[in-house]
Amino acid sequence: MLKRMSLHHLAQINTGILKAPLDDPSMAEFVALLDPVNALADSSPGFVWRYTDEGSNDATAARPFGDDVLVNLSVWQDRESLWNFTYRSDHLDALRRRREWFTRLSGMHAALWWLPAGRVPTLQEARSRLEMLRSRGPSPEAFTFSESFPPPGAHESTASVSARD
Amino acid sequence: MTGSGIDALSVLAEPLRRRLYDYVARRGDEVTRTEAAEAVGARRNLAAFHLDKLVEAGLLEVDRRKVSGREGPGSGRPAKLYRRSAREHGVQLPPRDYGTAAALLSEAVERAGAEEALYAAAREEGERRGAAYAAGYQQVPQRSQVRQDAPGAPVSADGLAGWLEAHGYEPVAEDDGAGSADGPPVGPAGPLPDGGPDSASPAARSTLRLRNCPFDAVARSHPPVACGMNLELLRGLLHGAGADAYRADMAPAVEGCCVVISPVGDSKTNNR
Repeated sequence: MLKRMSLHHLAQINTGILKAPLDDPSMAEFVALLDPVNALADSSPGFVWRYTDEGSNDATAARPFGDDVLVNLSVWQDRESLWNFTYRSDHLDALRRRREWFTRLSGMHAALWWLPAGRVPTLQEARSRLEMLRSRGPSPEAFTFSESFPPPGAHESTASVSARD
Repeated sequence: MTGSGIDALSVLAEPLRRRLYDYVARRGDEVTRTEAAEAVGARRNLAAFHLDKLVEAGLLEVDRRKVSGREGPGSGRPAKLYRRSAREHGVQLPPRDYGTAAALLSEAVERAGAEEALYAAAREEGERRGAAYAAGYQQVPQRSQVRQDAPGAPVSADGLAGWLEAHGYEPVAEDDGAGSADGPPVGPAGPLPDGGPDSASPAARSTLRLRNCPFDAVARSHPPVACGMNLELLRGLLHGAGADAYRADMAPAVEGCCVVISPVGDSKTNNR
């Protein structure tokens, strides 16, 4: 089967509002999972890049979106590699327990979008994708796992494919 | 809507086809015509005829590939390799649509952040089922020949595997340390040709990988919700059945159920 080199990678932004400060005992198990889960992501097939705070191996310090908001921003080769890490690896065990550590979010708190391979998304860009998704729903510019779009130039349609390139 | 399900079902009414289907499904891998024919004790051409009927009905999928290691005339041609189709066939009469209900309920749980209530309900249901099993109340239809432990006896590995099989998980014993799921399927999966389950207890003290996810559609649309529910259901089952020598943990792989069941004290998972 032919597999073309993809010219685009999949970026994802995911935010969560902490139920308690990270040094609270109730958060200890979450904090203990940070390093192993980050290491798992780094070694997963299709992993390209993830945002970390300067001088740190994770993204728990800077809080660019608010004092109690954790941000998870990363880039993957394609939808499948991100899916397999998110839902078909030990990351799923952390995900199933998210309500122990994060408050329920009303509205969109995660977004996906394609970006040219080799480019790294900025926090500002991630925030605007999230806002795009919130204001107009899933589109090729900002979408979700359940309503995803193929990379620009690809023709295997999953949902409504954008007419323009 | 139910038409395709009924058609698939009627194709399975032929006993040899049913045996071939069961064999291919239990192998969990690609199967050649020769292997399938030998497994059910049928001539190769007859097996091939029925295998292709199963493909037509959407129960099996076929792939053509050269198989290495074959010798003799015809060995250079691509072989037909059969595996179970991922397509779901459902028959609910009168028509029912539990899939939509499950998806909507999962969505609501996620929106409301009610996962913990769902997990608690699943845990309790598991405990009820486990207790019923342990008490010997569980009436599994005779045809499935599920081994049951004697009432009051501790739940055995085979008993556990039989229960999981009867509930669609398709357990496979994984030898300690072997690290692969290639072991023989454990627990009798429905009616088999000889009806004589292997008595060697392959499940004894080994890790059980679950090849099939009974909640597949919801596990795809709402993974954390469905997989978290499933984990609690199985943890409750072990607890309710008094199977304290076993534990259930999340161990998702690309295929199959997200939960693995292992003996307590297994070095891989003894930290919780």
